[in-house]
Amino acid sequence: MTYIAKPKLHHPSLPKNDVGYTRRDYDGAISTLCAGCGHDSISAAIVQACFELSIEPHRVAKLSGIGCSSKAPTYFLGNSHGFNTVHGRMPSVLTGANLANRDLIYMGVSGDGDSASIGLGQFAHLMRRGVNMTYIVMNNGVYGLTKGQFSATADKGSVAKKGAVNRDAGIDLASMAIIMGATFVARSFSGDKTQLVPLIKAAISHPGAAILDVVSPCVAFNNHAGSTKSYDFVRDHNEAVNRLDFITGSAPLTADYAPGETVDVPQAGSTLRLRKITPDYDPADKAGALAFIEQKNHAGEVATGLLYLDPLPKDLHANMNTTKRPLNTLDEADLCPGSSVLDRINASLR
Amino acid sequence: MPEAIASINEFVVKFANVNGSGSASANELFARSILRMGVPVSPRNIFPSNIQGLPTWYEVRVSEKGYLGRRGGTDMLVAMNPQTWKQDVAELSPGGYLFYDSTRPMPRSMFREDVNVIGVPLTAICNATYTDARQRQLFKNIIYIGALSILLDIDPAVIERLFGEQYKGKEALIGANKKALQLGRDWATQNLDPNLCKLKVRAADNVGDRIFMEGNAAAALGCVYGGATVCAWYPITPSSSMAEAFQSYCKRYRHEKETGEAKYAIVQAEDELASIGMVIGAGWNGARAFTSTSGPGISLMTEFIGLAYFAEVPAVIVNVQRGGPSTGMPTRTQQADLLSCAYASNGDTKHILLFPEDPRECFSMSADALDLAERLQTPIFVMTDLDIGMNQRLCKPLEWDDSRRYDRGKVMTAAELEAGKDFGRYLDVDGDGIPFRTYPGTHETRGAYFTRGTTKDRYARYSEDGNVYVDNMERLERKFDTAKSLVPQPIRRDASQTTKLGVLYFGSTSPAMDEALDLLSEDGKHVNAMRLRAFPFPESVRNFILEHDMVFLVEQNRDGQMRTMMISELEIDPARIVPVLHYDGTPITGQFIAGAIGAKIEELKVVSLERAVS
Repeated sequence: MTYIAKPKLHHPSLPKNDVGYTRRDYDGAISTLCAGCGHDSISAAIVQACFELSIEPHRVAKLSGIGCSSKAPTYFLGNSHGFNTVHGRMPSVLTGANLANRDLIYMGVSGDGDSASIGLGQFAHLMRRGVNMTYIVMNNGVYGLTKGQFSATADKGSVAKKGAVNRDAGIDLASMAIIMGATFVARSFSGDKTQLVPLIKAAISHPGAAILDVVSPCVAFNNHAGSTKSYDFVRDHNEAVNRLDFITGSAPLTADYAPGETVDVPQAGSTLRLRKITPDYDPADKAGALAFIEQKNHAGEVATGLLYLDPLPKDLHANMNTTKRPLNTLDEADLCPGSSVLDRINASLR
Repeated sequence: MPEAIASINEFVVKFANVNGSGSASANELFARSILRMGVPVSPRNIFPSNIQGLPTWYEVRVSEKGYLGRRGGTDMLVAMNPQTWKQDVAELSPGGYLFYDSTRPMPRSMFREDVNVIGVPLTAICNATYTDARQRQLFKNIIYIGALSILLDIDPAVIERLFGEQYKGKEALIGANKKALQLGRDWATQNLDPNLCKLKVRAADNVGDRIFMEGNAAAALGCVYGGATVCAWYPITPSSSMAEAFQSYCKRYRHEKETGEAKYAIVQAEDELASIGMVIGAGWNGARAFTSTSGPGISLMTEFIGLAYFAEVPAVIVNVQRGGPSTGMPTRTQQADLLSCAYASNGDTKHILLFPEDPRECFSMSADALDLAERLQTPIFVMTDLDIGMNQRLCKPLEWDDSRRYDRGKVMTAAELEAGKDFGRYLDVDGDGIPFRTYPGTHETRGAYFTRGTTKDRYARYSEDGNVYVDNMERLERKFDTAKSLVPQPIRRDASQTTKLGVLYFGSTSPAMDEALDLLSEDGKHVNAMRLRAFPFPESVRNFILEHDMVFLVEQNRDGQMRTMMISELEIDPARIVPVLHYDGTPITGQFIAGAIGAKIEELKVVSLERAVS
């Protein structure tokens, strides 16, 4: 995140990552979001995650829908191509982009209005197709740009700034993603960077549809008593199931799986080391994950951490058996069957 | 005996069938066998929104003269559907032929005195020959083709050759079909007066090297040849067969030799909102992408189409037009999405439309559209319709020039960026309104930009400044002007005599217009014709209108949508353009056009102003 103008030049002693970039090379334009907005913290976490993963910024394509969250991609990774699409429809544009060039890293940024209301259909279908991407929902339970209406993730009974009580059930995007077939599902809190950064790194490294539902308080419209998406509420009710360490390269598997200890899960060239907090929580158990999330929701708590993981997913390209070469690099020689084939086709049509 | 229509090689046979009875392939066999005898035919499916049980018709116009438009009227009815019997019989022309299954006796009142009745006991023949219910149903269709081949003098050897091609390698099927055909022929020979039917097919040489193809398949093949790699679509009649054809052509021609991997990606999306979104995402990322849809799909895509216009993302949308919303009329044809496509979306938007006249142009224009979309960095609509898309049409063979290279448009490369070339995503460097773009991931530090709808300056920086907005909108208008010279140009055909009357038409009206112009000219009425092939209109369209006293504009919609576009885009006096409109869902006929234009010409002739006042 970038919220104050900084000079282009920077101190030569700034640490560089494996590909020769400093953290500053991952910055974007100056944020125009409200001071204290949770979204800026998430942007900062994305910057840190990409720096630490030694991703070349230009190999990332960042796409968003419409809303405060969807403005955020401007404020990180300034050397990446970005696309501010239409409301609720980032998933389809990202799917198309991914089909065109499977070699880039795709990051979709959306909000709760964008993904849980107008975009719920596209959100669901992207998950079931297994598009290889990181889907970050900056979830504040409220429409910010239109000044404070409830969104579909607002919990039933939560109170708006002007006193209205939400009468509709809230949509849990993490559960939804698990049901729809996402292969990496995590939840975090914008105010907990130590939990968030490793989750983003793990999600980016996940070779399938990875979703991160990040509760991100709206300081302007949803940070008051009675809100279930405020800083205070989430701090008090955050139930982390595990903590994650992200290890690149192949690390040895830890065999023991005792409660409170760690378990290593290999995932395409990296390892996720989970420090268990809830002793019996097993992120490989889909039904168990859904039951746990529901149980916590019912108790008025927010389950965070890596909630569900299929470490060996098949993505959309694998399912379609598309060529390893990006489709956008194919030329006439690859694509056009030529006139002699056409002559044969003509002959078959007489 | 009633009078009997007599004609060699110029007549219309209408088959009335029940959907799902297997009649479609038999009827196609009928049409194709006449084609193989060198006589042009144009068949048309008239079908309900239904899979099984409801009525369906297949109308075959036989025309040695080569008229491929719908003629109207029925000379022979093959009445295989009791449900529609009354209506079908009523439509038969006096002196026409009513061919029916005479297994069960029918009361006299069910027939007409002024038509020739030909009863063949199809069910009885089937029941005597076959025990399996499905076989009885399917071979009944072949048996009537056999009987018709006797009545109309269709060469049985031609039909048998077609069986051989259709069931290549399945000898048992070939034999079974030949047997059924012979059953029909034998019964007709033994029981019918050979002179009963005076409609005859006589071998001719008027088909040449033409092909017989559906527009949807041709458009799909155009997308294969034109290098589309991403297809995202949502099923909707009458466009669904286009994406399916793309899939089957890709399966045949688009796999890596060594690995068998696909050099294409096809996604059946959850809706049209998503299908166009995927096309735009792929186009933004440098792949050639298209979607196929129909009117309601366009409505759903409209917001995205506007984004693609403002964000300048290539996209190809094939709109197989149909009648109105919902279900029913949508299985009929119209040209009624012109305005909704030309000005699709919010804000000031204008889009490029191409109007193919037949499958051959569906092929060439789909490939052209992929070039134009990248050259102009904007959505391109290929405006076909049900009449072209879902009917087999005789047309010249498809052509491809192997030296043709895809026009990928203005794309700045990593080398150019490295060399320090100035990159402004919305900068008009050449004065044609078309800026350079970069594909995501091109260069480590240069050429990245943020794509937005409206709010950006020439270097793609966020700006809400009104002057910056106007600057961009004026450039987009320049780009639209540039398009006028790049799109397929109109084709003009002057009458044999000098005339101050002109006619404009486009798309599937084309074959009917060919016939209408002949009819008019036989009647001493001469009209210069211009076939529009694209929007925006090139200057030649304005000139054509201005050089005539009056121009007719033939459209298959109620509101004269093309006329509206012409009046506003070319600032033409509305009085100069006389609408000729046909929109009942049936394909327009030459008779209708000639009748409407002829009547207008007669009105003009009544009394000249000069004589009236003198």
